[in-house]
Amino acid sequence: MAVDQKDRRKERIDRGIKVRSDGVYAISSWLEISYLVAPRLLFIVGLLAAPILLLPVPYWQKVLSIICIYSLLAISFDFLANYVGLVSLGGGFYIGVGAYVAALLNMKFNIPIFVTIPVATVVGAAICTVVFLPCLPLRGVYFAIVSLMFPLLAARVIEALDIFGGTDGIVGVDGFSSTWIEQYLLIIAVLAAVFFLRRMITEDVGLVFSGVKDNDQAVKASGINITKYKALGIFVASSLGCFGGAVLSHIYMWAGLSQFALDFSIIPIAATVIGGGGTLIGPVIGCLILVPVSELLRDFGTLRIAVYAIVLTLFIVYKSEGIMVYASRKYEQFERWVSI
Amino acid sequence: MSDQPLLTVDNISKTFGGVAALSMVSLEVNRGDIVGIIGPNGSGKTTLVNSISGFVKPDRGKVIFNGHDITGWDPHKIADKGLTRTFQVMRPYYSLPAFKNLIIPLFSPRAKRTGGWRGGGKMGSRDTVALDILEEIGFERDSYVPYKMASSLPTGYLKRLELARCLALRPELIICDEVFSGLSMSEMASMLPLIEKLQMEGISLIMVEHRLRELFRLSNRVIVLNFGCKIAEGVSSEVMELKEVKEAYFGSEEEVLEYV
Repeated sequence: MAVDQKDRRKERIDRGIKVRSDGVYAISSWLEISYLVAPRLLFIVGLLAAPILLLPVPYWQKVLSIICIYSLLAISFDFLANYVGLVSLGGGFYIGVGAYVAALLNMKFNIPIFVTIPVATVVGAAICTVVFLPCLPLRGVYFAIVSLMFPLLAARVIEALDIFGGTDGIVGVDGFSSTWIEQYLLIIAVLAAVFFLRRMITEDVGLVFSGVKDNDQAVKASGINITKYKALGIFVASSLGCFGGAVLSHIYMWAGLSQFALDFSIIPIAATVIGGGGTLIGPVIGCLILVPVSELLRDFGTLRIAVYAIVLTLFIVYKSEGIMVYASRKYEQFERWVSI
Repeated sequence: MSDQPLLTVDNISKTFGGVAALSMVSLEVNRGDIVGIIGPNGSGKTTLVNSISGFVKPDRGKVIFNGHDITGWDPHKIADKGLTRTFQVMRPYYSLPAFKNLIIPLFSPRAKRTGGWRGGGKMGSRDTVALDILEEIGFERDSYVPYKMASSLPTGYLKRLELARCLALRPELIICDEVFSGLSMSEMASMLPLIEKLQMEGISLIMVEHRLRELFRLSNRVIVLNFGCKIAEGVSSEVMELKEVKEAYFGSEEEVLEYV
């Protein structure tokens, strides 16, 4: 008998295996262990195998590097927005600072590539943190607006003062000796970032971050300096971006104004929306979808922005929770209709 | 040092736009005291609390706590010196279980120094310390209550959680902003001995209250505010008999007669 739409609702119930594998008892059975490990393993092995699978198509191997750099930015955006409470549109600034620091160290002081990247990560993150410091009392959309200003400002300052090579940028930066090193460096960085941040947010310091996000007055009353923790959050997030920027400048063998481009600020947000905010892995999945789509549409010129907008709109309207949240719900729960 | 008052508030004033929320209010709290602050709605009680705890910067006047001039300090620095407060509108971390709410104050520099409530300067596992504090404050340890999400706890437990958050810092002075409001009679009855216990532990308290009966059982000295001014101070039973206080609450005799 057909039940009227109004008289029923969807009921979600945790799968038995999800419940059984919740605690330490999961280690009692291989089935439960594999239930826990399988999705994580799929993600790790899939990413690690990607350069080998893409061996026949070198062009897409290059795209994979770009995907990883956008993924790092998207992870940092997700972390800042959903765990520290700062909606930062400064992705372009992180990339640009990392790229310029790495390129300057390499060109001016002849420092080899395997030193410039870690130094650019730390020094670049320190620069980003100091620059963002005055804006940290701002919240919500006000912080977002100011953070969007920094990449624009940095590019115009470099252009106007004609420093660091001006509009030409810094040309002739060392490249990677092989694409394997380049790709595995980035892939391992993405995996490390995801699992490091996932661990951090469940530690006690992660609870302080979530306190800063939800209830900053109570954190202040607990004798904790919230500006310090916001700055720490910016440091962690911008170090991911600066690492990406440093690698990018070595891939292109060039650091220029286009590394402050707004793409680096906007695409990570779109990827986070599509992949699912607050999951940290979701943004990576979002980048794995969005960046190839944008490459495929390259032939259409500026029309790809329109396609992009349509994809994003469809996601926001029909699956606003994001792929990762949807998938993990399907994995952990089953649904059934019950009449009421 | 010890014969000095723990907290001295010296003639503080605060205006919001053209409204004088506080004008020239002074008070002193000695070690081990429970001082009550009462007054009708809008009389400046919460502004006074905010000015002492740093959430509002007073325009004029001085706040001296334990020998430090803390006027205009940031709230976290004041809390670090051992002056903590609860909020009138409870502010737990709703997305966390009750005991995880205490991890955040236990993570503060002061708690790390003092070892948390009763800690001997060194803290073991923060989770254990948090459960210990909650047990003392009335969360039954072996029940599921400390593990419940803060969003699903009833008001009585949330008020206790606010106090527990202060205790985690091992404070010297706690400012309680209406801990009794919104509680049932039985919840209040179990809250009273808790506060008496804190006093016996050597913690001084400032209690902002509307529940006068409960307040007068606890505190030996009350301060009455009206329109931002201190209109009376003294032993609780005597203060309520003063003409100014009665007028503040019920209106002056002429006004009352007009309505009759």
